[in-house]
Amino acid sequence: MALLEAKHVTKQFGGLTAVNDVSLTIEAGSIVSVIGPNGAGKTTFFNVLTGIYKPTSGAIVFDGKDITGLRPDQITALGICRTFQNIRLFNAMTVLENVLVGMHTRLNAGLWQILFGTPAVRAEERASLNRARELLKFVNLDHQRNQLARNLPYGDQRRLEIARALAASPKLILLDEPTAGMNPQETAEATELIRRLRDELGITVVLIEHDMRVVMTISERITVLDYGTKIAEGLPDEIRSNPRVIEAYLGKGAAAHGVEQVGG
Amino acid sequence: MTADNRQVGQSASLWGQLRAMAGRGPAPYVLTLAYAAIVSALLLLNPTTGLGTDMVVVLFLLLMFVIYRAPTMLAFKLTLGTILLAVVMPVFGVLNPFYIDVVTKAGMFAALALGLNVVVGFAGLLDLGYVAFFAVGAYLWGIFSTPQISNIVPGMEPLHGSWFWLFLAIGLAVGAFFGVLLGLPVLRLRGDYLAIVTLGLGEVIRVLATNLDRPINITNGAQGIKDVGRPPLFIEPLFQSLGITISRLQEYQLYFYFLVLLVLALTVFVVHRLNDSRIGRAWTAIREDETAAIAMGIPLVRMKLLAFAVGASFAGTMGVIFSALQTFINPPTFDLLRSIGILSMVILGGMGSIPGTMLGAVIVTLLDLQLLPRIANELAALQRRGVPIPSWFDPAQYQRLLFGLLLVIMMIFRPEGLLPEDRRRQELHHDEPEPAPEAKTSPAVPESAQSVEG
Ligand SMILES: Nc1ncnc2c1ncn2[C@@H]1O[C@H](COP(=O)(O)OP(=O)(O)O)[C@@H](O)[C@H]1O
Ligand SMILES: [Mg+2]
Repeated sequence: MALLEAKHVTKQFGGLTAVNDVSLTIEAGSIVSVIGPNGAGKTTFFNVLTGIYKPTSGAIVFDGKDITGLRPDQITALGICRTFQNIRLFNAMTVLENVLVGMHTRLNAGLWQILFGTPAVRAEERASLNRARELLKFVNLDHQRNQLARNLPYGDQRRLEIARALAASPKLILLDEPTAGMNPQETAEATELIRRLRDELGITVVLIEHDMRVVMTISERITVLDYGTKIAEGLPDEIRSNPRVIEAYLGKGAAAHGVEQVGG
Repeated sequence: MTADNRQVGQSASLWGQLRAMAGRGPAPYVLTLAYAAIVSALLLLNPTTGLGTDMVVVLFLLLMFVIYRAPTMLAFKLTLGTILLAVVMPVFGVLNPFYIDVVTKAGMFAALALGLNVVVGFAGLLDLGYVAFFAVGAYLWGIFSTPQISNIVPGMEPLHGSWFWLFLAIGLAVGAFFGVLLGLPVLRLRGDYLAIVTLGLGEVIRVLATNLDRPINITNGAQGIKDVGRPPLFIEPLFQSLGITISRLQEYQLYFYFLVLLVLALTVFVVHRLNDSRIGRAWTAIREDETAAIAMGIPLVRMKLLAFAVGASFAGTMGVIFSALQTFINPPTFDLLRSIGILSMVILGGMGSIPGTMLGAVIVTLLDLQLLPRIANELAALQRRGVPIPSWFDPAQYQRLLFGLLLVIMMIFRPEGLLPEDRRRQELHHDEPEPAPEAKTSPAVPESAQSVEG
């Protein structure tokens, strides 16, 4: 079953077409990668899916519902959450509070209930604390829960972003370069964590990734963007040997010389 | 550099030891009680108006923060605080009416500063027009309780003082309404732009107050509204039955003192509850990173408007009280300088911190109404007595300078404020910021989520 369907999505910034007529179907329960050179429009595509940008044209259907043009908070509430390429944590909040913010759409306490401190609100707060701790344990950050987010080491910040996204109980999680800036050890751990998102939590994963080893090991399907256009889509092995992809990454000459592998 | 560090380290450990000693077992109880007893005695035995009493009043108000911070049982804190505020201060106020007025004003500004703190400190929306909501509340009661109302609704009599109570609630609602109204146009603005536009909107309200005497005389223009109604004194019979005879003026002073105290307590309660909830967390998230906040599912528009509304509602209610307390209001009371004054309370005390904001309000009000004029007076007296202070130096003219200097010094040495929010303290004083390593694949163009469109 298709969880997400992007239909002919185009996003223009003035004269620049950042995403050009991209169609993409993502099956529920899969791990899919979106790759492409810098500036190919991958992040913009994520921004369109999450409602941060409205597409210039095209439609997005999530879980059987047309979400084109909905507000980001409405889309989050429906079950899409994300991380950012340049980590965007709430720096002056603690690790635990960051996760609690991620839970916003799942909490119901209204203004008056909060002011009167009704039992329902207190129960909800307790439950959300427990759930936040569970999520922190899942990404192995529980011991850091009272630290300010900004004081975490880099790799921990990346994992906290994932925990915060998980707090919204998403069906689909979009990870924008989750291993960027990591050493091989951290990269391996992050790859493992991404796999667990799907295997243990049953969340569908779409990731933008530059590290080809990561892409080739965990993706079930790969979509390649270049200059905003989808130039290839398929299984990792197909992508690896696709001449258009090699050309996009390494230039025309390389394709002509039959370079076999994309990236390193 | 290293020597400095070592010294700081040593004094910190000595200070730490002292603190540990004062915080163990019965020590905090004894120390707090002793402090309270001494200050109360000094207050009650010394009903003169002078620099000495000023200092004691300052010590008394600081005592509130000591009680708040002391590691004692909540019941102890509440009992002691109640005795001091509900018995000692009023008795002192009867002995020395000048001060109860100052303390009432301090409480009033503390509530205003708390309201502004919701907008600026929690949600990070720099609002320079906050006093507009105070003005709206003040004019609301000012108009309805005086013959001004008959200019608007022909034939309507000024409302009786007992309506005042209802108007506290109406002021709250009208304040919130104006908060949303003035919040709407600035929803998409951030930082400097937001500050400038709110400043403009705040001035609009003041200009309206100055000019809405034509074609219909609503606000009575620059002359202001006098003889604003006061609530009936329901405590009078109580005092008579207790055999206390004080003047009507003093009765009103006590009345407003308790009213302000009550509203302030309610404000603290509400602000605290909100801050501690998903709403407060959403505000902080917006302050920290608006784009990330929306991506996490926070409804930006609703949360920002709620912050404006909550902040403005306290100002509306306080405006109603203010007009009844002063019985006279005019436009200059609500100028930009007043907004900035309230903002300086928030910043001085510690943005985002509830006790900090109140401390800031108390200190700024005391400096403004009492300490700075007093210091200026004393300096002038010295001048007259022939102490070589040049005659061109008029201390009264320079008291604002002193206030400005204080602010500058504070911002250099304690930018997070006197009693900062815990997280902000960590933020400004962590020793080695962890530099985030450059992403391996640093994008040619930064993710331009700052300019979110749509
Ligand atoms: N808000 C924006 N305004 C104008 N141009 C943008 C904006 N966001 C992205 N772009 C442009 O869109 C193109 C794709 O960018 P991006 O999606 O960040 O690429 P990628 O994530 O694949 O590296 C780039 O040329 C970039 O300059
Ligand atoms: Mg990108």
